[in-house]
Order: sequence, then C-alpha cells, then structure tokens
Amino acid sequence: MNAILAITIGGLYAIAFYLLLRRSMMKMLLGMVVFGQAVNLLIFVAAGLTRHVAPIVKEGATAPPMPHADPLPQALILTAIVIGFGILAFAIALFHRAYKELKTDDSDALCDTV
Amino acid sequence: MNALLLLPIIIPLGTAAVLVMCLRLGPRTQGLISLCGAGLLFATGLWLLHTVLGGGIMVTQVGGWPAPFGISFVADTLGAAMVAITGFIALMVLIFALEDLPKERVRQGAHPLIHILLMGVCGAFLTGDLFNLFVWFEVMLMASFVLLAMGGSRGETGGAVKYLVLNFLASGFFLTALGLLYGQMGTLNMADLAMKLQSTQDSGLVITTAMLLMLAFGLKAGLFPVFAWLPASYHTPSVTVSALFAGLLTKVGVYALIRAFALIFTTQTAVTHTTLLVLSLLTMVAGVLGAASQFEIRRILSWHIISQIGYMVLGLALFTQAALTATVFYIIHHIIVKTNLFLISGAVVRLRGSDRLKEIGGLYKAAPWLSLLFLVPAMSLGGIPPLSGFFAKFSLLIAGFESQAYFAMAVALAVGLLTLYSMTKIWAEAFWKADPHGDSPTPSLPIAMMVPIVAMATLTLGISFAPQILLEISQAAAAELIKPDAYIRAVLGSRP
Repeated sequence: MNAILAITIGGLYAIAFYLLLRRSMMKMLLGMVVFGQAVNLLIFVAAGLTRHVAPIVKEGATAPPMPHADPLPQALILTAIVIGFGILAFAIALFHRAYKELKTDDSDALCDTV
Repeated sequence: MNALLLLPIIIPLGTAAVLVMCLRLGPRTQGLISLCGAGLLFATGLWLLHTVLGGGIMVTQVGGWPAPFGISFVADTLGAAMVAITGFIALMVLIFALEDLPKERVRQGAHPLIHILLMGVCGAFLTGDLFNLFVWFEVMLMASFVLLAMGGSRGETGGAVKYLVLNFLASGFFLTALGLLYGQMGTLNMADLAMKLQSTQDSGLVITTAMLLMLAFGLKAGLFPVFAWLPASYHTPSVTVSALFAGLLTKVGVYALIRAFALIFTTQTAVTHTTLLVLSLLTMVAGVLGAASQFEIRRILSWHIISQIGYMVLGLALFTQAALTATVFYIIHHIIVKTNLFLISGAVVRLRGSDRLKEIGGLYKAAPWLSLLFLVPAMSLGGIPPLSGFFAKFSLLIAGFESQAYFAMAVALAVGLLTLYSMTKIWAEAFWKADPHGDSPTPSLPIAMMVPIVAMATLTLGISFAPQILLEISQAAAAELIKPDAYIRAVLGSRP
C-alpha cells in the first residue's frame, strides 16, 4: 500500500510541476490544485499508514489503547486543506482578473505588465 | 505573565477587528485608529524586548499543553527585537499612509489588511513550532496578496500573479518538508526537533528536509535563484504598501532561515551552510547587478533588497557568534534604512509625479531638506562610515576574516561599492541634475510624509553614533542562537 501511494504522490508532483511550467495560466492554476493535493497526501503517508483505532482515552484509563493512529498529521492536513482552499479561491479570482486585463491566457503577456 | 508575549499577535488582530467595524468611517478616522494600533504594537514590542533582555527567554504553551505536544510561543532576544522593529516600522508607515494611501484603498479595507499582515509577521517571529510558522506565513501572505492586487491596474495584477504563484510553490515545498520531518521525527516543535536531530544518524533525511526548507524560506527571503517574484511585484502597489513589504516580508524569510539553520539543522553544516554561503554570494551579486540596470527609484531599491539579503544570509552561513551578531545588526539596520528609502521614493513621486530617473530632476534645488534626508539612508545602505550600514558591514567583514572566508569578503566589498554606484545614480539623476521640464513649481510635502522620513533618518543617525546599544542586543541574540541549549531548555522545561 505504501509503495502504491508513494508512486501516486510522485506522479502527482510530476503532473503538478509539468502543469506549473506551462505558459497557459489556466494550466498553471490546475498545477497549483494538483500540487496542493500531492502535498496533503504526502503528509498523510509520511506520517505512517495504520489501520488502528482512534486515540481516545477510555474511561478510567490514563493512556489511549495501543496501538492507535496518530491524529496529528490529520490535523495538519485539515489546516493545510483549508489554507490551500482559501489561496486557490483568491488565485482563481486573480487569474480571472488578469485574463480580463490581458485578453489572453498566455503567461508571456505578463512580461509587459511591469 | 508569560502569556502576555501573545500580545503582539492579539493587538493587530484586535485592531483589524475594530477597523473592519469602522469601514464606513472616513479614511482619516480609520487611519488614526490604525495608527493607535501600531503605536500599541510598538510599545508592546519594546516592553517585550526589555523583559527578554532583563529576564531571559519567555515561553508560553498555548492551551496549557506542555511542549512538544501543544504549540509553544517563544520570545528570545532575536524574536523580541524583530517584534519591536516591526512595531516601529508599522507606526512609521501608517503615519505616511495618512497622506499616501488612496482613499479608495482605505474604503476597500487596506487598513484592516495591513494589521492582519502585521499579525502574521509577529506570529512568525514568536512561534516555536514549525507548522505554526507555516500558518503565520500563510496569514501574512494572504494579506499581502490582497494588498498587492487591490488596485486592480494592469501592473498590479501582473505583479500579483507572479507573487502568488511563486509563494504558493514555496508554501508547498515548506509543507513537503514538514511532512517528511514529522514522519521521521514525530515532532514539529522547533526545540524538540533541534534536540532530536542532534542525535540522529540519518544524514540523508536531514539534508533532504534542510534543502526543502532552504528552498521554501529562500523563496520568501528572495535568495538566488528564486528571487524573481520580488522585483516583479514590489514597485507596483502604493508606496505605503511597498514600503511595508520591503521592510518586513523578506526579513521574515531571513528570520525563518536563521531559525532553521542556527537552531534545527546544525549537524550537517558542511553541506547546508556551504550551500547557504554560495547562494548568499550569488544573491548579493545578482541583486546589485539587477539594480544597476534599472532606471526607476523603486525598482532600483527592490533589487537592492535582494543584494542586502545576501549579506544577512552570509552571516548565517559563516555560523560563528560574531557573524550571527553581524546578521542581526544588519537585519535591524536594513529594515529601518530600506523602509525609509521607499518612503522617500513616495515623497519624490508626490513632488515630481514620477520616480523614473529620466523624467525627474532638480530635487536638490526644490527640496534641499529631502535631499539631505535621502543621503542618510542611501549612504548608510552603501556602508559609508560613520553611518549604521558601515558598522553592519564592518562587523560582518571582521567575522568573515576570523573564519578566513577571504573570497566571500572580497565579493561583499565589491558589492558594497556597486551599491554605492546605484545610490549615486539616484542622487545624480533625481536630486542633482536639472529638472528636464525646466523649473516647475514644487508642491510642499505634507507633514505626515515628512515625520516618518525624519524620524527614521534620526534613528539611523542614532544607531550610527551610538551603535553600542544595538550591538549589545545583537550580541545577546547571537549568543542565544549559537548555543541553543537555553532556548531548548526554556521550551521543553526540565523534561530530558
């Protein structure tokens, strides 16, 4: 399972960088979307995949039952998803604005906006 | 008592909340409320610095969860000094904003956004947790994206697109490094990481994550070769916004680099710090050559930020106590000088309607006081004695000679000379040369624009003639950085 996920993540990174290097701004935007997902998946896998129970301390016990799944990476990913969502929403609006301004989707046209 | 070190985060948040509720009020009222918030932040910063200098490192654990399980906030000398200077810059820039910030931007909510930006900056300086640092970075970036794109003109939109895509990439690399680090070390608390990495044998992991973080922080700091977003965007928004960005944003990146490579990754210095050394030299040279090819004041200044970042990172790369002292001194001196130069460029635009060197001139005749005020930060940036930049460069040079980095020192000196060339170019073209439009009447500068320029020039002169105070603060900060035991013990408590 780990190997499949590792290859998937590598593939996603490759797709993201390929898209980000394109001249079309629409494809850059898609590259940002894929990059965000690839990173989230990487955190999830790097922190270890387990099929264990949630770390909830039973009544009367002082520690959660072993072995349990680590909840922290999931909290990290949740935060990263929310932040990434906010930035992407802003990016879409900004790219749309740039498209209206430049009348083209080609990022080369950004050169003469300076 | 220690929980009070969260005040530099709470004050900007509170000010932003009040300002959002006051969005219907006039620009003047909003400006004054904003100014009060900045004043309060500055006062808190000074109090924090005073307390830390007197009583050592302050730590608070959010929610009472002990480190490394909760999020720690730490104020050491470096963090407290950075918060204090942030408050000072905010105060100065917001006084300038009373005249400079267009009414339309104020109506669109520029003031609350500036305070959100300040909250992100202060949070980044105070946090003791790498993931929390990521969150503060994003708070700061989100506010800066909006401030940059607000005007909606062609130039601003183009600059914002480049800025956004490259900074998004940096955040992605940062998160990738965090994922790998957490997977191997099981912690993201900086002090805990520093301790655990010291005993790890796995050099591959250390170098991989260190390089990913170097890329992420380097992109935010404007290191070679990932600085392209900076000169593409900093000259586009209003002067208030670009002065704030120029003073603070890249320095947050430098601060993060210092935390990463003076506290966390100190075991593989042969690889990491040598890379930093090479990059810092290339950054200096690239920045100063870029500046030499420009003919607009704000563009020249933007390129110079890059070359100066090179000096700061050079001190970190040498990694001795003397070099770190020079780095901290350099950062504080640079923030004051660079913000002042951007504000002066705003004053020039107000007087002449442009900052393109070909179109303006005769400012020495029309505004002799402004010319003298320009000379103070400009010569300080070039490192002319006895100004503050001289002490910054001089202490860096001494540290370099002690480490026998002769080639690096030669590059640093040559770059200093070229910096002087650019400053002389601005002086000769904008101030000395006759006005190409003939003697046109010059409007007088409003008082709100003059006050921050004079205040910052005075502070630069103060540091120049009494460098001892700042030098002592820098030495205290460097002593804590080079021996992180006190930091680690303060955060983790008595736990092994």
